[in-house]
Amino acid sequence: MTGNGRPMTRYIRHTAAFCALLLLALLVNAVRIQIVRAGAYDANPANRRHDLARYGQPRGDILVGGRAVTGSRDSGQRFRHERTYRDGPLYAPVTGFASQVYGTALLENAADGILSGTDPALSPLPLYDDLTRARDPGGHVVTTLDARAQRAAYAGLGGRRGAVAALEPSTGRILALVSSPSYDPGELSGTGPEVARAWARLNGAADRPMLNRAVRQTYPPGSTFKVVTAAAALDSGVVRDVDEPTRSPDPYRLPGSSARLTNEVVGCADASLRYAFQWSCNTVFAGLGVAVGVDAMRTTAAGFGFNDHGLGIPFRVSPSTFDTRVDAAQLALSSIGQYNTRATPLQMAMVAAAVANQGAVRAPHLVERTTTDDGDTVSATGRRTLHQAMNPATAVRLRELMTDVVEKGTGTNAAVPGATVGGKSGTAQHGLHNSGTPYAWFISWAQADDAMEPAVAVAVVVEDAAADRGDISGGGDAAPIARAVMEAVLDH
Amino acid sequence: MQADPPDPAVRLSRPRRRGVEFTLVVMAVLLCLYGYCEVGLARTGSVPPGAAGHGAGLGALALLAHVAVRLRAPRADPLLLPIAVLLNGLGLVLIHRLDLETPADRAAPTQLVWSALGVGLFIAAVVLLRDHRVLQRYTYVSVAAALALLVLPIFFPAVNGARIWIRVAGFSIQPGEFAKVMLALFFAGYLAANRNALAYTGRRVWLLQLPTGRVLGPILAVWLLSVGVLVLERDLGTSLLFFGLFVILLYVATGRTGWIAVGLLLAACGAVAVGWLEPHVHSRVEDWLHPFASIEAGRGPNQLAQSLFAFAAGGFLGTGLGAGHSILIGFAVKSDFVLATAGEELGLAGLSAIFLLYGLLVERGLRTGLAVRDPFGRLLATGLASIVALQVFVIAGGVTGLIPLTGMAMPFLAQGGSSVVTNWVIVALLIRLSDSARGRSEEEPEPGHRTRGPDGGEDAP
Repeated sequence: MTGNGRPMTRYIRHTAAFCALLLLALLVNAVRIQIVRAGAYDANPANRRHDLARYGQPRGDILVGGRAVTGSRDSGQRFRHERTYRDGPLYAPVTGFASQVYGTALLENAADGILSGTDPALSPLPLYDDLTRARDPGGHVVTTLDARAQRAAYAGLGGRRGAVAALEPSTGRILALVSSPSYDPGELSGTGPEVARAWARLNGAADRPMLNRAVRQTYPPGSTFKVVTAAAALDSGVVRDVDEPTRSPDPYRLPGSSARLTNEVVGCADASLRYAFQWSCNTVFAGLGVAVGVDAMRTTAAGFGFNDHGLGIPFRVSPSTFDTRVDAAQLALSSIGQYNTRATPLQMAMVAAAVANQGAVRAPHLVERTTTDDGDTVSATGRRTLHQAMNPATAVRLRELMTDVVEKGTGTNAAVPGATVGGKSGTAQHGLHNSGTPYAWFISWAQADDAMEPAVAVAVVVEDAAADRGDISGGGDAAPIARAVMEAVLDH
Repeated sequence: MQADPPDPAVRLSRPRRRGVEFTLVVMAVLLCLYGYCEVGLARTGSVPPGAAGHGAGLGALALLAHVAVRLRAPRADPLLLPIAVLLNGLGLVLIHRLDLETPADRAAPTQLVWSALGVGLFIAAVVLLRDHRVLQRYTYVSVAAALALLVLPIFFPAVNGARIWIRVAGFSIQPGEFAKVMLALFFAGYLAANRNALAYTGRRVWLLQLPTGRVLGPILAVWLLSVGVLVLERDLGTSLLFFGLFVILLYVATGRTGWIAVGLLLAACGAVAVGWLEPHVHSRVEDWLHPFASIEAGRGPNQLAQSLFAFAAGGFLGTGLGAGHSILIGFAVKSDFVLATAGEELGLAGLSAIFLLYGLLVERGLRTGLAVRDPFGRLLATGLASIVALQVFVIAGGVTGLIPLTGMAMPFLAQGGSSVVTNWVIVALLIRLSDSARGRSEEEPEPGHRTRGPDGGEDAP
């Protein structure tokens, strides 16, 4: 090892090997964070890249009757594009909100993939887009709503607490979905402090404007549930002739109990089904429900859509309930829409629609089709039958009964000139010892005289119908709203 | 590449390969120009108006450097200059791209000025320094300069918790960067002179043969001083770098594995002690172990978490230049964290390419160390290459979560004038060394260069 540098060669090589090791460690670690763990890092809620991409382009629109009811505004902020709404309160129960801070709700939530442009179906070449990381422009959602029916329902409620749901019986297309009081979802767009204030105010408000009463609130359906009980009685053979006396007492003593059920009207003792339906005899239907039995009642109720926890239009609908673990007295009350029987307005519209559509319940839906930014159809919602709620023959007889109600019973306020209208009113007690203001219900369907089939079925509920309890009734408060909605649809 | 073919006649006919260098430099400039255009296309959909000027500027600098090498170091390694041009150009593109997110704080023009200064210094070094062995005379001058440079920032106010900057005429200078080269010069010069004494004298204590204090003392003192100053200034990345440089050069000079053992032991003790006692370092270690702890605590992602998000967003192919969101990292995104932008926008493919470019630069440096004939040159080349390797590892490992994060500049890539200038000087010295290794030796052969030592028989392949 003399003065020249040759012997160091070996140690320099060792150094080179060491550096190669460092390089290898960096490369392996790069694979770890960029490939192996990348999914977890991307999904971390603190990673704002999703939001940046999401708000980096205008959101697609929700259309009603060919017109967009939503819009987009470039705020110039980091989360650039903010949602705007035309007629926000009117359509809020359909659109929901799309907030930078509070997320999305209802259609904005259910169709988020289409609206925000992430749905792979929007892309003609999804794999190519994955490679280039291109984001498709937001697509549009075309709703089934009828703008005039929606307006008629909203105007009819006039700010009172309540809800309206209207369907096309033969297809299940939702024509109107209104909840009142409502709110402007545009207040929740953006990121400023006013958004937080609006959120706090809307959530804290006593009349709960953000509650979608048409699909997310259940009410005791009261006498409108008698349509279901009548269908069960006819289908099960308990009643063979609607004009035959039902041999029911008035007042009706609840089985196994000393409580007695009475009526608001006279002539219910031993009344026929036709008379009992026309004048809404509680005693008759309580007795029929018990006679039908809990199994058959449950089957029929489920046929109409009760106890279905999976219904989506496409957003979730709260399940309407018919309690099946009941004794005879509870079954009697359940059969007249009290006790644990609860229904959303949409559910009761489905009940009316089933009668109008030969007993078949079509899947209710809000989205006609989704399109790309250019208007090419991405997907379309077809007609789908959920259940056959009753025999078609039973449906024909129930149509008759419901038509009687509007022609000469409790629902004369719903009559529409030039159309056959069938309906059923209801006044539902609720609260502790029935102390709350009763809910006024009306469900109905209408068929223009020159049409092949009914064009509309509607359910209306008004929570705080009037100050004077004695005046509250489905026929008085709810039926005019139902008529306005039906007229709006039939006018086309 | 043969470092030492037996026949001098073959050596004389060896191609100089300046054409190769020229082609690679042109390609490097075009690649950077393409990146600059791509940023504009991604952001505004059009080629930025400054593209021609940008390309011309970078091209002129690169061409001047090439001409200097062609004239004054014609046998130099043809890869060193193109790699430096490519990395520097890429760094300018990345900084320019990040400037678009911070219109009020533009760093690219300053960085371009510093790059020009760096290339100027490169040219001056290549032209003026005809023989690297001259530098050995300045062993003690350079150590004095290095210590002075290290101590200087203590008298200036701390910036972001570290006292490593001085401000002169509006420019921020990081003297520690220049001290790296000085210290490498000192270690190389001193160890080359005292190599045998270090390796063969002294007492044997258990498995270790310790050199006499007279020989080891000065170098240990210098090292302790520099590391101590850096700890005072809280520049832990650089102290780690000096420590690594010291251990590597001591090992290469003496060949004693014991040094590595002692070095690692000291490093481990020092790391544990500093990590335990110094709250600043302690929090860095905590961040490294639990990068998402601040998110879970509801304080939002810290810089390291944001950096990891950026790398993850890049995936395999990256988002494309100008299309990422690495700006979320915030402070130091153009300097310490510049690699995250490369990772996000160029993907694993681009990041690996950058790592391999650094790997190639280090490899060419070490190969120069193998080829050069004098011990001083060997140690200097090895030291300079090691500086690049260690620095890349410390900062790249830090921002990718491989090791605890310590602030340091990514060579050539990161915003930071002192760093760019220093790295150009490092490349200039390596070019000078490689030119000497492959050209000068047949004129002034080292005595006994054909004889092979007991453990140095193999040559560069």
